[in-house]
Amino acid sequence: MRSGEGLGLTATRPIALRARLSAHHLPIANVVLYALLVTVALVMLFPFAWMVATSLTPDAQLFLTPPRLIPSPLEPGNYARVAETFPLLRFVLNSLVVAAVCTTLQVATSAMGAYAFARLRFPGRDALFLVYLATLMVPLQVTIVPLFVEMRFLGFVDTYPGLILPGIASAFGTFLLRQAFLELPHELEEAVFLDGGGHWTAFRHVVLPLSGPALATFGIFAFMASWNSFLWPLVITSTQGHMTLPVGLSNLQGQYATAWNLVMAGATVSVLPILAVYLVAQRYVVRGVALSGLKG
Amino acid sequence: MVGDRGWRKQAIVALFLLPSLLPLAAFTLGPMAASFGLSFLKWDLLRPPTFVGLRNYLNLATDPDFRAAVLHTLFFIVGYLPLVFVGGLGLALLLNRRLRGSAFFRAAYFLPVITSWVVVSLVWKWLLNPQSGIVNAALAAIGITGPGWWTDPAWAMPSIILASAWKDLGYVMVILLAGLQAIPDDYYEAAAVDGAGAWARFRHITLPLLSPSTFFVLIISLINSFQVFDQVYVMTGGGPAGASSVIVERIVKYAFSYSAMGYASAMSWVLFAVILLVTLLQFRLQRRWVNYA
Repeated sequence: MRSGEGLGLTATRPIALRARLSAHHLPIANVVLYALLVTVALVMLFPFAWMVATSLTPDAQLFLTPPRLIPSPLEPGNYARVAETFPLLRFVLNSLVVAAVCTTLQVATSAMGAYAFARLRFPGRDALFLVYLATLMVPLQVTIVPLFVEMRFLGFVDTYPGLILPGIASAFGTFLLRQAFLELPHELEEAVFLDGGGHWTAFRHVVLPLSGPALATFGIFAFMASWNSFLWPLVITSTQGHMTLPVGLSNLQGQYATAWNLVMAGATVSVLPILAVYLVAQRYVVRGVALSGLKG
Repeated sequence: MVGDRGWRKQAIVALFLLPSLLPLAAFTLGPMAASFGLSFLKWDLLRPPTFVGLRNYLNLATDPDFRAAVLHTLFFIVGYLPLVFVGGLGLALLLNRRLRGSAFFRAAYFLPVITSWVVVSLVWKWLLNPQSGIVNAALAAIGITGPGWWTDPAWAMPSIILASAWKDLGYVMVILLAGLQAIPDDYYEAAAVDGAGAWARFRHITLPLLSPSTFFVLIISLINSFQVFDQVYVMTGGGPAGASSVIVERIVKYAFSYSAMGYASAMSWVLFAVILLVTLLQFRLQRRWVNYA
């Protein structure tokens, strides 16, 4: 009944049923199916190809009618130009620092919180967990004005602490890792306690090592969310020295409204790290995004 | 002895809990409460705030600027949701079979999901460039004069909808694909034995058994689309002439360009209340159509 099994398997099922179920997987239907799939793939991938092609287009060929699909000669110098005329490397560095620090701290604080909710007993635990869950419902848009006022009061407007602090803990991460920790058997931790170890030992040497996939899923998710985030960095930064890549890119487009080859070069640079992560760890990436319903 | 152990236990709980609890309290829960308080003030950050009671909310009710932003947000939702849902469902149905190359197609369709909104918006702004964009060039090649897209007030929001649906198709597809794969083959086989056609199987097996995934993806997409911002900011800045202003774009504008902290907070709370209300409503309505087997 699923195509690809082929007719070789019909012997294992009633033949009439088999024929009826595979009626829509005849060769001709398969051709139509593949034509559809390839068309959609083109629609999904062409904008990326066009981004890269434009980034390599010389200024003079930018506004040709009809546009040239593959620029000739290729102009890789656009990348050097955008880095010279614009602090692109600074943006990359800022994005890397913010994403790395936020990811590390989010994974650490979420794992610890998750351990408390999964393994420790204390009064008010379930109520507090509900409060964590409730914060998942609160969009940044609702807290952004007071958050900005708070950062202004602390003197953190247009600083790294201002960029990073709101992203050092994650209710979603705590929730996700708690689920993972709950599925671990208690026996191994009990062995730690029998040996005289405490909760910290059990956390560090049993729970964490056994939760690799969950930690990776959340870590990759946190990194991508931070790397791609726009609204908060837009609000809290005001000088190019502290802008992250998305804010810098939107700024670049505002300043060089017609230099689409430079803008696309910047966009390509900002896609590459995410693409690398995606190619290496696709399974975790898809899982993390699917679980969170992440916006942006 | 007991007191000492109790103290130790509390210290351990605090050690594990505070690293996440303190930041959440300081940067989410606190601002959440503060935002509610702020919405009853008039404050420009320079002069001391003054209490204005419900004035901000009353002004919102009659503010044509805010009403336009609400209408544009609703227009976005009405255009985007069906497009992304039907498209995502179609892709999920296409890929829900053993198929050579299906891993590649799935990966390709998901690529826009992991790309930032800023990059997606910039790329689409260039694709949909009215004079030199490749979309209008392609349309011209088949004899159609393309619209002005994001430079035309009538086409600005449709441009944003198009880019947004393109980005999120893969997300809807992944969720629905997981839902489809959880439906046991036996149901389809039994239905086929009973002589049910493809449409009947889709209507009476696939749709009902997929409804929990459908519900999840609709709730998430709806919540996200009320908060639409990045793509609007980058593609049109809410223009031209305010034609694509949306709620969050107004919040940011009023707070950080006009320094109307109280008024912007009131907008935030209206947005939050609407999201909460719609979500609750969906949860109530789900009993009528969501089928938890």
